[in-house]
Amino acid sequence: MDAIAITVNGKQHSVEVSADTPLLWVLRDTLGLTGTKFGCGQALCGACTVHVDGEAMRSCTTRIAAVAGHDITTIEGLSSDGRHPLQVAWVENQVPQCGYCQVGIIMTSAALLAKNKAPSDADIDDALGGHICRCGTYQRIRQAIHQAARGSRTPPKSASSGLSKDSARSELNTRDLTGTASATGGFDKNTLDTQAVAGRTR
Amino acid sequence: MSAPTRFSADTTRRDFLKTGAIAGASLVIGFHRPASVRQQAAASSQDAGGDFEPNAFIEIQSNGDIYLTVARSEMGQGVRTSMAMILAEELDADWSRVKIKQADFDLKYGDMNTGGSASVRGSWDPLRKAGAVARDMLLSAAAQTMSVPKEECSAIGGSVIEHKKTGRKVEYGLLVAKASGFPVPKDVPLKDPKDYRIVGTKRNRVDGQYIVIGEAHYGIDTKVPGMLYAAIMRPAVFGGRVNTFDASKAQAAPGVRKVVELPRVELPPLFGEERPANSGHQHYLWGGVAVVADSTWQAIAGRRALTVEWDNGAGADESTEKHRAQLAELLKTPGKELRKIGDAETAFAGTSKKVEAEYERPFLAHTTMEPPNCTALVRDGKCEIWAPTQNAGGMATALQSALGLTASAITIHVTLLGGGFGRRLNIEYGVEAALISRAVGAPVKVIWTRDDDIRHDFYRPMTRHRLRAGLDAQNAPVAWLHHIAAPSTDGTYIGGDIPDTGGTEIVGAGLPNGTIPNYFLEQSFLHSAVPRGYWRAVDVNWNHFAVQSFIDEIAATSKKDPVELRRELIAAKPAPLPADSDEKPVSVERLRRVLDLAAEKAGWGKPMPSGRGRGIAALYSWGSYVANVAEVTIGMDGTIRVDRMVVAIDCGQVINPDMVAAQMEGGVVFGLTSALYDEITIENGAVRQTNFDNYPMMRITDMPKVEVHIVPSHETPGGIGEPGVPCAAPAVASAIFAATGKRLRRLPFQTSELAQS
Repeated sequence: MDAIAITVNGKQHSVEVSADTPLLWVLRDTLGLTGTKFGCGQALCGACTVHVDGEAMRSCTTRIAAVAGHDITTIEGLSSDGRHPLQVAWVENQVPQCGYCQVGIIMTSAALLAKNKAPSDADIDDALGGHICRCGTYQRIRQAIHQAARGSRTPPKSASSGLSKDSARSELNTRDLTGTASATGGFDKNTLDTQAVAGRTR
Repeated sequence: MSAPTRFSADTTRRDFLKTGAIAGASLVIGFHRPASVRQQAAASSQDAGGDFEPNAFIEIQSNGDIYLTVARSEMGQGVRTSMAMILAEELDADWSRVKIKQADFDLKYGDMNTGGSASVRGSWDPLRKAGAVARDMLLSAAAQTMSVPKEECSAIGGSVIEHKKTGRKVEYGLLVAKASGFPVPKDVPLKDPKDYRIVGTKRNRVDGQYIVIGEAHYGIDTKVPGMLYAAIMRPAVFGGRVNTFDASKAQAAPGVRKVVELPRVELPPLFGEERPANSGHQHYLWGGVAVVADSTWQAIAGRRALTVEWDNGAGADESTEKHRAQLAELLKTPGKELRKIGDAETAFAGTSKKVEAEYERPFLAHTTMEPPNCTALVRDGKCEIWAPTQNAGGMATALQSALGLTASAITIHVTLLGGGFGRRLNIEYGVEAALISRAVGAPVKVIWTRDDDIRHDFYRPMTRHRLRAGLDAQNAPVAWLHHIAAPSTDGTYIGGDIPDTGGTEIVGAGLPNGTIPNYFLEQSFLHSAVPRGYWRAVDVNWNHFAVQSFIDEIAATSKKDPVELRRELIAAKPAPLPADSDEKPVSVERLRRVLDLAAEKAGWGKPMPSGRGRGIAALYSWGSYVANVAEVTIGMDGTIRVDRMVVAIDCGQVINPDMVAAQMEGGVVFGLTSALYDEITIENGAVRQTNFDNYPMMRITDMPKVEVHIVPSHETPGGIGEPGVPCAAPAVASAIFAATGKRLRRLPFQTSELAQS
């Protein structure tokens, strides 16, 4: 096992893994960047899509040695505030159902929009033909990409769920809510936010 | 032991309410969400006696935040959001302050089973009552605070109470300390639906933002300190066992800590059922050999270095070819009678015009995008689990049995689910993780590859249907006979030949049962080692491919328009339900309304160009009425392109119309995937498919335009997670017939049958 130098979301890391380890597992297991998902392991579903030097790539079949020295962007680095036009459009169009595949689809869509400012439905289908959404959100994916491409950030038709970024973070997020659960869940251990429990044990 | 009660959403039990102030001066209301009858029995046998314990909570904090504990699993159906909306409505709460806590498994929540499109159906009354009670207590507190009569105060929405005469307003947060001192009021009236502000409006998912920034936490994202990773080599042949294995190479692989043999242990039924002795059930842990390593990749790589010799057992003789022949043979002799109205055989024999057809559907896998996985820590006589599960109660029961622990020693954290579709009603992946953790004395995450998932599922059963109808002189069907041949789903878990047709067709809520004077339904059972499970829309899905297609065939034979024939069938007064049915009688008016709505919106009857066609299906399921009109284009080479799907749904009171639309859109894709692509085939007792290259899913390139039309209604809410699926395949089959004159009776559709030579 050698130390391999990679750059992820602008940060340099030296990871000690075997050279044939897929980038996906380095991101998820070694660096703790779990936004990138495992779906098939054979570049058949797109859930693991990241950017390598701006190009959408399947991290599940990309050996870590092949991306040493290259610039890798994951969903965690797509925008600094979670407000990339695609992320905004995804929420406004309520695209996700289970949501598991959506990160990969957003990454491919971001790479598409970087090259094609006004993609047609056919362009979108071409770019996303390698992705699978088992929940079947494809119609909304097209709508959301068109909206993001127009750059329109039309206000939502109704009030959002109320989980403003901060409040939602405290309830449904995993990462930085250590302590939040005990502060808010006053009943007993069984009413704590499970994700908070998982987060706390990290 | 009838299947229908399992998913019953009826709220026949008492609701209980209890309040208490907690540190920090919150108003806390605990209420009782009825569990299934079976779960009630199971829970009471374990927790003998005692006071009732509330199993759902709302908490209103002094800062105005409102928390709802959700004891159901979120898998994309939006249950967290829907339940919060119901509460917020009756509470007249500020929606922006309503937040969700995901409950860990606890017996007080009942089974936490999330299936049968039942979450909203079962929570509608208790959540509304709890919200109304809280609102009433806040009104009392507001009146006292402002020294005015309570009758002059009203909740005006946004967590604010107003004294109308003076225009004074006070926010809930300021009232909770006082409100928590009041006794729980009785018989608080619920709001008139015309006053709804939240229910019936589009609201965004409470967890949507976290999904799009990659911070939503699924089971597979769990990480606990000192955690190891495991991959399991399971027997490829169903029922197989490890004979011997050589772990030396795997042990030597980088990062591998330990190789653990997993036994093929018996698992209890999924939902606490009684299992008769020697019943022939097949609910076992897969067994196999686990490789435990420092990382996921090392576990997967280490597993490749294993050499295992298997004892394949009797299942090795099974194949799809044989199954198909066996099902066809089973239809030749009488099966088990499931429902009989009149004398269908005699009536059939007496008609001069007869229609007969057989239909076939294959085994199917669920393929949730997040593969099964589970993290477990078993140490010091305790077991802690992090699992994407639809059935935390079933998992706890299985863990007790496999680990020899009591219920109180088991904690299950229910994570967000990357899809469910019924796969995660099964619990075996949790038991695997726990056994491995116990063997290595450390927390372990078991990862399933896609190959593991597709080849070790609990499959939607393959079925073959024989349908016969006799028409009278006016071409009206007077006899209908349906013979189903299939392996039993419940047989996997409970054993025996248990019909899976409980949800709709037997109990009378399914067209055409009860609307044709002579009706006969029977089932014959294929005995197979292939494990079966609940797959989104379950029996409605498979039966109605045959039933709806056959209605279309009757229409063609009698030269009637398929919509017109359905109107005639629906117009008949349904026969009474069997005495043991817990379904409500089908409403012919509501079924007719969705049929007409879909037909109208789709432009039914307008001519279509050559090579294109339109088809319809309409049915009742899980408390909802759905009709689909499909439009297809058939290529010269037989390729099927679904261009458009018009969906009409009446699901009673709509909680969130956008979510209903999303579930219908997704249901169409799920149904079309099974219609156009998917087939699990068995060879030498093992599944041949391995990944999305040979088990394809519908992709964006094939996505039709889906239009959803919702019937406004204040009827009791129906389900939406499953009802969107069953109409898609038969509507397309009928559209193909309209386009080509060819009737495809086997799923997935074989395009070779349509190619123009």
